[in-house]
Amino acid sequence: MTDLSARILSGDPRAIARLITLVENESADAIPTMKHIYAHTGRAHVIGVTGVMGSGKSSLIYELAVVYRAEGKKVGIIAIDPTSPFSGGALLGDRIRMMELSTDSGVFIRSMGTRGMMGGLTGALYDAVDILDAAGMDIILIETVGVGQDEVDIVKIADTTLVVLVPGLGDSVQTIKAGLMEIADIFVVNKADTPGVEQTVAELEAMLDLATAQTRAIPIVATSAKQRQGISLLKQRITEHSEFLKQSKQFETRRRQRYEAELVEIIKKRLLAFIFDEATLRDTVDRCITQISNKQLDPYSAADEILGRILK
Amino acid sequence: MVKKIRVLVAKPGLDGHDRGAKIVARALRDAGMEVVYTGLHQTAEQIVNTAIQEDVDVVGLSLLSGAHLTLFVDVARLLKEKDIHDVLIVGGGIIPQDDVPTLKKAGIAEVFGPGTPVDEIVSFIKKNVKR
Repeated sequence: MTDLSARILSGDPRAIARLITLVENESADAIPTMKHIYAHTGRAHVIGVTGVMGSGKSSLIYELAVVYRAEGKKVGIIAIDPTSPFSGGALLGDRIRMMELSTDSGVFIRSMGTRGMMGGLTGALYDAVDILDAAGMDIILIETVGVGQDEVDIVKIADTTLVVLVPGLGDSVQTIKAGLMEIADIFVVNKADTPGVEQTVAELEAMLDLATAQTRAIPIVATSAKQRQGISLLKQRITEHSEFLKQSKQFETRRRQRYEAELVEIIKKRLLAFIFDEATLRDTVDRCITQISNKQLDPYSAADEILGRILK
Repeated sequence: MVKKIRVLVAKPGLDGHDRGAKIVARALRDAGMEVVYTGLHQTAEQIVNTAIQEDVDVVGLSLLSGAHLTLFVDVARLLKEKDIHDVLIVGGGIIPQDDVPTLKKAGIAEVFGPGTPVDEIVSFIKKNVKR
C-alpha cells in the first residue's frame, strides 16, 4: 500500500486534496493509489444536484450538509464550475455559499473546473467521488455547473439526482421537454419565498401526471435555502429514494451503469492519449490531418487507417 | 499531465470591499489559472482550511481595513503551523509601505498596492509558484 493510500483511508484532508489534484492533472502518479483505495469505495450515498444557473444549488447543498452534519454524518462536497474554453482558467465561486462549513472537520469541500468536459461535469469526477468515498464520507454531494436543458451526465454517477428549478422559468411546455426534466429522482422548487412557486409546483405535478410507465412517483419539494425551509423534508425524500433503490434492486442497476461509464471513460482517455501521444502513430495522425485539410482524404477513411494500424 | 496553477483569493477580516479581489480573480482566470474565491469576512482558520482542501499553489489575501498586520500574519503562521511550506502567499489592498517589511518577514512573498497592473501580479505568481 502506498503511503498516500493509508492517509486517504484515514481521512487526512491534505492527502485527499493532493490526490484529487493528481487525478485532475491526469497524472500517472495517481493510478497506484487509486488502485489501492478502490476496494474501500462504494459505501457513500452520492447525491447529484443539478439545475439552471442561479437556482440556488450551492445554498441548497450548504443547507443539506448542515442537516446531515447534525446527524453526525461525514459530508464530501464537489462543486463544479465552468472552465474557460479560451484561457483554460476558471473562477470557482460555489464555496462562497458554504464557507461556514470550512472549519468543520467532518466536511470536505472541493471546487473543480470542467476542464473541457461536456455534460455539466468534470473529467476527474469519478475519481474524486471514489477518493471522498474511500476517505470515509457518508454523503457525497455533487454540484454540477449551471446547466441548460441538455446536460444530464450527472445521472451516470449519482445514486439520487435532484433537479433544482425556480419559479418563473417558462410555461408548462418547458416542463415536458426532454433532457433535464427526465432525470430527476426528486424535483426541488427552490426560492419558494418568491412569487410563482405554487404555479411551478402545479405545472410539475401536471407534467408528472402525463407520465404513464412510472415505477415510482417522483416527489416535488418546495424549498427556500435562504429561509431554511423545506430542507428536512428534502432530506427525508432523499432517504426514501435511497431505500426505494435498495428495495427495487435499482441500486445495483444504477451502480453497474456508473461503473460502466467510469470504465468507458478511462478506456477512452487512454486510447486517445495512445493515438495522439504515441510517437509511432503521431506521424500517421499528422499526415492524415494534412490530407484531410487538402481534401485528399475524408475523416472516416483516416480513422480506418489509424485504427487499422493499432489493431494490426 | 495538465498542471494548472490554483489560487485562493481570500478576503479576511471585516471590510466589505471586494472589487479589487474580484478584478484580480478575473485577471488570474484569464491567465489560465483556476481561482477559488472565498467571499467576504473570512477568518484565518477558514482561509487555511480552504487552502488545504482546494490544494492551492497560491493564497492571495486582500484587505482594506488596516488589520493586515494581524490577519495576513495569522494566515501565514497557521499555514506554517500545519507544516505547509509550498504555498506562495501574496497580499494586496491598502497596505502602508512601512508595513511591507514586517509582512515579508512573516512570510508574505509580495504586497501589491492600489494601481498595480494585473499583469505584474500574474507574472509574479507564474515566476514564484513553489511547485
